Parts: sequence; structure tokens; C-alpha cells
Amino acid sequence: MKWTSLAASAAIALAWATQASAQGSELTLCWAAWDPANALVELSKDFEAQTGTKMNFEFVPWPNFADRMLNELNSGGQLCDLMIGDSQWIGGAAENGWYLKLNDFFDKEGISMDAFVPATVTGYSEWPKNTPNYWSLPAFGDVVGWTYRKDWFERPDIQAAFKEKTGRDLTPPATMAELKEVAEFFQGRDIDGKTVYGASIYTERGSEGITMGVMDVLYSFGFKYDNPEKPYEMEGFVNSEGAVAGLEFYKSLYDCCVAPGTSNTYMGEGIDAYKSGQVALQMNFAFTWPGFEVDPNVGGGKTGYLVNPAGPNGERFAQLGGQGISVVANSDNVDGALAYIKWFAQQDVQQKWWSMGGFSCLRAVVEDPAFATSQPYAQTFLDSMAIVKDFWAEPSYASLLQASQARFHDYVVAGNGTAKVALDGLIADWTEVFEDEGKL
Amino acid sequence: MSAYSVTEPSKTSKWAAALLVTLYTVITLLPLVWIISTSFKTGPDSISYPPKVFFDPTVEGYVNLFTTRTRPAVSELEALPPPEGLMEEIARRQGTIITGPSRFGERFMNSVIIGFGSTALSIILGTLAAYAFSRFKVPLKDDLLFFILSTRMMPPIAVAIPIYLMYRELGLSDTHLGMILLYTAVNISLAVWLLKGFIDEIPREYEEAALIDGYTRFQAFRKVVLPQAATGIASTAIFCLIFAWNEYAFAVLLTSGNAQTAPPFIPTIIGVGGQDWPAVAAGATLFLLPVMIFTILLRKHLLRGITFGAVRK
Amino acid sequence: MANPIDIAARGTPPTLARKVRGLSDRAIAWIFVAPTIFLLLAINIFPLIWTIRLSFTNYAANKPNAEVKWVGLRNYERILTDEDIWSNMTTTAHFLIWTIFFQVLIGFTLAWLINRKFKGNDILTTLIVLPMMLSPAVVGNFWTFLYQPQIGVVNYIVEFFTGIPAASFSMLGPGGLAPWSIVIVDTWMWTPFVMLICLAGLRSIPDYIYEAAEVDRASKWRQFWTITVPMVLPFLMLAVLFRGIENFKMFDMVNLLTGGGPGSETLLTSIDLKREAFEKWRTGYSSAYAIILFVTVFGLASIYVKALNKVKER
Repeated sequence: MKWTSLAASAAIALAWATQASAQGSELTLCWAAWDPANALVELSKDFEAQTGTKMNFEFVPWPNFADRMLNELNSGGQLCDLMIGDSQWIGGAAENGWYLKLNDFFDKEGISMDAFVPATVTGYSEWPKNTPNYWSLPAFGDVVGWTYRKDWFERPDIQAAFKEKTGRDLTPPATMAELKEVAEFFQGRDIDGKTVYGASIYTERGSEGITMGVMDVLYSFGFKYDNPEKPYEMEGFVNSEGAVAGLEFYKSLYDCCVAPGTSNTYMGEGIDAYKSGQVALQMNFAFTWPGFEVDPNVGGGKTGYLVNPAGPNGERFAQLGGQGISVVANSDNVDGALAYIKWFAQQDVQQKWWSMGGFSCLRAVVEDPAFATSQPYAQTFLDSMAIVKDFWAEPSYASLLQASQARFHDYVVAGNGTAKVALDGLIADWTEVFEDEGKL
Repeated sequence: MSAYSVTEPSKTSKWAAALLVTLYTVITLLPLVWIISTSFKTGPDSISYPPKVFFDPTVEGYVNLFTTRTRPAVSELEALPPPEGLMEEIARRQGTIITGPSRFGERFMNSVIIGFGSTALSIILGTLAAYAFSRFKVPLKDDLLFFILSTRMMPPIAVAIPIYLMYRELGLSDTHLGMILLYTAVNISLAVWLLKGFIDEIPREYEEAALIDGYTRFQAFRKVVLPQAATGIASTAIFCLIFAWNEYAFAVLLTSGNAQTAPPFIPTIIGVGGQDWPAVAAGATLFLLPVMIFTILLRKHLLRGITFGAVRK
Repeated sequence: MANPIDIAARGTPPTLARKVRGLSDRAIAWIFVAPTIFLLLAINIFPLIWTIRLSFTNYAANKPNAEVKWVGLRNYERILTDEDIWSNMTTTAHFLIWTIFFQVLIGFTLAWLINRKFKGNDILTTLIVLPMMLSPAVVGNFWTFLYQPQIGVVNYIVEFFTGIPAASFSMLGPGGLAPWSIVIVDTWMWTPFVMLICLAGLRSIPDYIYEAAEVDRASKWRQFWTITVPMVLPFLMLAVLFRGIENFKMFDMVNLLTGGGPGSETLLTSIDLKREAFEKWRTGYSSAYAIILFVTVFGLASIYVKALNKVKER
């Protein structure tokens, strides 16, 4: 009796003490303003209930996300305790000490990076790449893939017309060549009284759109950022024959098969084009997929999902998107921020995250046998995540990106020069950046 | 006034003018009408291909503008009790449930505080400076005036980094005061230049008479000049408000959770998968209202302010 | 050197000055001008000097720990010899010249028509002014939507009037239309501004001047060119000055509308500057870029203001 009451009072005192300390605790999480962010707010209500921590959120729209947040990190601001920053920031964040290194914390809490999809660990957490130095926990997996109008593909009249034109059955494309053939077939076709077009692909000029789209195709054509043996040696890799062919392919796809006027398309424009029934195929990040399932025009089984098709030599890669969650080194509530990450890494939380539309990177979630059938796009997502590659994550990634934006847009959309000229020019631009950085 | 004036335009020319101006008005209002009509469309209607001129109006856009929503699984949604209230019902129709208010209200209030605050400050400082430039022989007056004007020539990006660092040191970053001061600094050149023009037109004799009557210079300014300049002040205020209300570049770089205004917020309203055009249009429509009302209220002043010169002597 | 305020005080006739009680004119001039000057020094000039200082360094704001080196005029050299930047300048000039041309043409015509004082002219004036009150960011964002060939309304209107199929052209795509599309949007938005100022000018012309001209039997055409135009010119020039300055800095509307594309066809200098400063984080370089732009506007504007003052004195 005595013991129990003592224990009870101790427990109450302890609970009260932790409660008191927790009550004063506030955390601000910074991310982009988009669909998954709204889901994260909902998910975090559990964390608030469990710990008494008050969560604040700062969501910045994509076009300004990098400017605003890098400005914040740069100037040593304390707005954000937790940052779900873009995968390309990792190099700069690590080298400039913006993020807290998480290795010790992971060791202490028994969080193993082996528990996460390998590509996401490399893509979102490691710097330097392929070394066990972790700066974030994979939070939101994302990858470029394709959606297609399953309802159109299944229509006998369309199937017959396709067979007549190409001599083969209309199937979801598995190679880039097939993709183009299908897109050409749909281009300008009349479906239910409307002229439809082949495909929607990324062409945006301002931020990163066209680079994401071109790279998504180029990888499978043999493009490499540099010599695997000799870092930053780009001649013969960036402008290899395969890479040139890949860029020419992208331009030919743009010339033959997109809706007129889609010269500045990124995620949002792609969604609009697809949902309004203009295109048969659409290139877009996986995060857009849950939205299509519930759309009155293209939802309810009318949409199929495709892993990025293979290149001419059977190579098959896809452009990585997505982000990891990091602790801002300057935060005045590092403990609270770490507690959030610890909570977020739990399997049941990750499971719920997936069910709310958050693309979990935890293997226990995505490798669960029930996962593949949990959503129509689940298997495609999983297969896509296995073949990802990512853009440079160097501290100077933004300069590298600006160069590729200008070169690609100038060639693909504005039609200046040739693919070879564009890629040679890109090497020159990138070389200059690396020289400025002192890496070459 | 005589019944016939040589300067009075003929009836035909009036008709022709009215016709042409009406035609221009119709054309220029088309995009605006399109924005407003989009705000009453459903998501699918807003991006319908080809575009829809006629549609069933809905307030979905407005509901989405003011709420955040999530999209539960269909089975979960069906298991929910029937919706309470109109807002919830409209959200359910889109397959979503309302989880809380959006931040549009806050952003809007920030715009009101910062927009009207900086307009008031620009007008106060601008009137004082314009009066001094108009009435006193300030040496290098033209140079000083040009200096004031030149501050408006700087691209905002040119000074954004130093201002960002400076504001952080001073604790003005992401505060209402900081933004009010900044917008005032941008607007004051316009205010001084416009107001000086208006004050120049007020006959000096009025004040001098007041001074002789025993008013102090300050009293004369307050009781004689200010009422005379009211129309000019009103039209200048409209221009200042339009800038401060709509400014984007500084707002996006210098503000976040606390003092962010609506312009960086509106173009980025994200719905369930993709940009929520009806909500964006609803935000744009609501955001236009205060300036529009302000202008309509001050319309007589605006027009009289413009015609001020006509009555000068 | 004499204290400016002393001279200011001397400006008031001594007979009046004696009558003045309370604060002296000198103090009033001080109190009235000081806050404005102080605010501008703090928020414009101080950062400007900072920017000038940075423009001689290789400073990068995203690398606070890196060593900052003085590079002398190297940044300026790099910019002035960069062909891309000259082509951006040309793009900006195209935008500037054509927006001002159309705004002056349409704005003045409208003002001239409205000045017929027909019934309901004040209501129409208020309606015409509306586009100017929208946020440029929202305008840029929404016009991408209006210009969209398949779901936007602009192409369908063109099809309706000309028969050119809506899907056959793209206002923002390649084919050379994009630089004109941004001119259209800016003209749509800001013609009312020029119109208002012209209207002010027109209404400032006293009736007796026309009456005198009528007595002299001057034709309407002659009256227009010898009275109307010269009397409105100072106002018009002021409007052009403000529009010119604003459009030289144009960033938000065009950035959201085209992002500088297709290729670099609509890459105005301000958009390029923003990329250098906040995306590539070449702070030193972009500071030099900003100073060059500032000096350009400053130079052009000072020549212009001199001309304006001459016109005013006439």
C-alpha cells in the first residue's frame, strides 16, 4: 500500500514535471505549401496530444520555397526548428552547418537508416553522398512517374485505331519509344468531341521544372553527371552520345506531342492539363497521384500509373523528388525537434502518414504485403523509388540548376542550337561553377 | 454661367466619346469578370477544356479559401456523421473534411494593417515634406527632390539582402512595423512628388493672410493648407495604398508567419492536388474589395483632386 | 557652406517672419523634411551603400563562413562583358518602350475622350481604374491561366473574332509572342494610371485659353496641338517617368507570368538579378549587377527630369 501510493505520487510528480516542461515547448516546422503539408498538420495533432508541445507550421509556396528558406537558414534565423528542406540543399546545409548532424541521435535512439528505402537515405540524408553521415530523416518520398488515361486505353474504338496505325496493341508504354508512339497516336485525336493531345511534360523555365523533366528522361539514355572514377569530370558523361540522343528525344516529344502552348509547364500545369482531359499521358511527381484518384473527371479507376519507361538500351531510371526532415542547428528547442523526429520515425506513425497521403519512406510500411494493393498507385510508387537518381546536391546546386534550366529551355522550347551544343554549353557552365567553388 | 460655351463639346462628340470609352471599359473588365466568375466555379469547371462561360455557381472557392481540409479515405468519409453546416457540406461534396481555418484571414488582416498603416504614414510624412519643399526656399531643392525620387529607382532586389540582414539585427524582420516603414520608404517619393504639385497650386496668399491674422506657421499649415490640399491628399493616398496593398517582392522575402500579407499567399493556394483556381480567384476577388471600396469612397476626391488644377485661378 | 535651413528661413519675407509666432520657419522646415530624409537614409541609402560595398567582393550570402575577398572591379567587368546580360537589357528596353508607348497612346486618348464630360464619365473612370488595383503577383498568376491555349479564355476570344483556331498559337510559348504578351498585360493593368494623370492635365487647362483661341478662329486641330498637347505634356511626362521607373524594376508580374521564358525571351534584368541574388547566391556579383541597373535608371531619369523641368518652365 505504502509503496504503491509512493510510486503513484512519484509518477504524478514526474508526469507533472514533464508536463510542465513540455507545456512551455513550441516547435515550428517549415516546409513547402502543398497537399502533403496539410496532411502533416493533421498527423502532428497526435504528437501535440502526446507531448503537449504546440506545433507551429510555416509553409512557403514552391516557387519561393528555396529563396525564403535558404535566406532564413543563411542569416541564422530561428524561425524554424524543424525543416523539411529540398533534397538538393543537403550539401550546403551540411557544409555551412545549417542542419544538426543526426548520427549520434540515431545511434542513441536506435533509429537505423537501414529501416528506410535506400534511395531515400542517399537522396535525402547523406552528405557527402554514399557516406554514413546523416543530416535528415527521410520524410516524404517522391519520384517522377507517368499517369495515363486508362479509360481511353480500354476503349475498343481507340484500341482498334491504334492497332491499325501501329500494328501493335495499345498497352501502357514500357519504353520511351513506345511512349512517344502512344503520345503521337493521341496527339490531335478527337475524343468525345474534344481535341486531345499526347502528353504533358515538364517545360517550366523559372525554377527547376524543365531540368527535372529532361533529367528524368536523360538518365535512361545513359546520361551521367560525372565520371564515377573521377568526380566532376563531365566531358563524355554529360554530353555522351546517349545523353545527346536523350535530349533530342525530349525535344522531339515536346515538338510532336504536347498541347500547344505548354511551354512553361510544371507540376501544377501538368495537373490542370491532365484533370481537364487534354492529355493521354502526363509526367508528374508521385505526390500528385492521390489527387487524381478522387477527381471527378479522372478519378475512380480512369487513371493508370506508370513507372518511368526504359531507355533504348533497357536502362531504366527516374528523377527523385521528395525531402527529409532535419533539425535546424540554430533552433532554441533542439530537444523538442529531436523528439518530433523520434516520434515521426515510429512505424505506426509512418503507417498513418501513408494512409493520409504522405509518401512514407519506411521499409516496414512500403514493404508490407498489404502496401502494394493499398492504393492503385502504390506498386508504381514502390517500383519507381527503386530506380531513382537525383540532381547535384552540391552547395552550389542552385547555380548548376540555373545553368541547366537556361540551356534546356533554350534548346527544347525555344528551339535554339542542337542537343550537343546545349550539353557542351552545360559542361562549360558547370565547370565554371565548380571552378568558382574550388572543386576543379 | 452662359448656356453656350465654346469649350463645351458638341452632342455628337460626346456620344462618340461615351461609346468608345464604354467599349474600352468592357474590354478591360473582361479579365476581371473572368477572375470573379472563376471564383464561383467548381474546381473541374474552372479548368474545363474548352473554357466554360456558363456554369452552375457555387461558393466552393470561398469555402476552400477560408479553410484547410484533408481528404480521408472514401470508407472513412462514408462512416462520418452527416455534415453540420453549409461549409462542411460543401467540403464533403469535394470528398474532403474541414480541419480548421486557413490563414487567409490573418494574411488579409496583415494586409489591412500594413497597407493602411503605411499609407497613413506616407501621407503624413509626404505632406510635411511636400509643404516644406513648396513653401520654403530649400537650397538644392531640385537635387533633394530628385534624390527622393531616385530612391524609387532601386530594384527591390538590390537592397533586399542588406535590408534583410539589417531588419534581423533590429528585430524588425517579419513585423508589421518593419513592413510599414519599408513600404513608407518606397511610397514617400511618389507622395512627396504628387503632393508638392497639389500644394504648389494652393495660393500662398491664403496662408500669408492667416499669418497676418496672427496664426503661427504651423496653425496656418493645419487650418489653411491641409483642408485645401485634402483632395490631393486623397488621390495620393489611393496611389500609395495600391502599391502597399499589392507589393509582393519584399513581402515574400521579408515576412513569414507573423506579418505576411496576402499577395504572396493568394497565388499559391493549393487545393487537393494542384492549384485551387476557384480559391485563388476568390482570394483575388476579396482582396480587391477593400481598395475598390476605398477608391469608390474617395472617388469624388480622386476626380476633384485631378481637376484641382482647373480651379487654380 | 551656409546651413540650408538658414537659407530656407531667409526665403520668407522679413515682414512676415516678424509676424510668425511659435516655431521659426527654419525649425518647421527641419521638422517637416527631416523624417522623410531620415527614413530614406535608413531604409534606402544605408542598404544601398552596403550593396555598393558588397559589389566589390566575392561575398556569397549563403556561405557566411567563407572568406570574403576584395575583387575590385572584377564583378563589374564580368557583367558588362556578358552578352547574355546585354540581351536581357534589350529585352527590358523592348518591354519598357512598348508598354510606355501603348499606355501613353491609349491612356491619353481615353483621358481626352473622358474629358468630353459625357454623362456617366465618372462611373466609367472608376471602372477603368480597377485593373490597376490588383496585385501584380495575382495578375501574373492569373494571366498564365487566361493565356493557356486550351483552358484559358484569351485564345478563344481571338478565335471568335479572327477565326484563327485557339489551339494553333500560344501567347506565352515560342514563336515570338511572349514578349508582346507581357506588354499586353502591363498595358491592361497600367493604362489607367497614365489616363488619370492625363485627365488631371486636361482639366488643368483653363477654359479661357480655348475661348481666346476660338476668338482667334484657330481650328480645333490647331487648338489641340498648340494648347492641349503642350499643356498636358508636363503631366504626361511625369506619368511616363513613374511608369518607366516601375517597369525598369518589373519583377513580380512577369516572373509569375513567364518566368523569363520561353528560353530567355522575356528574361527582364530584374528577374535575372533575382536569380543571381537569391538562387545562385552570388551576392557580390548581383550587388554589382544591381548597382549597374540603378546607375542606368538614375542616369536616364536625371536627363529626363532635366527635360521635364524645362518643359514645365515653358
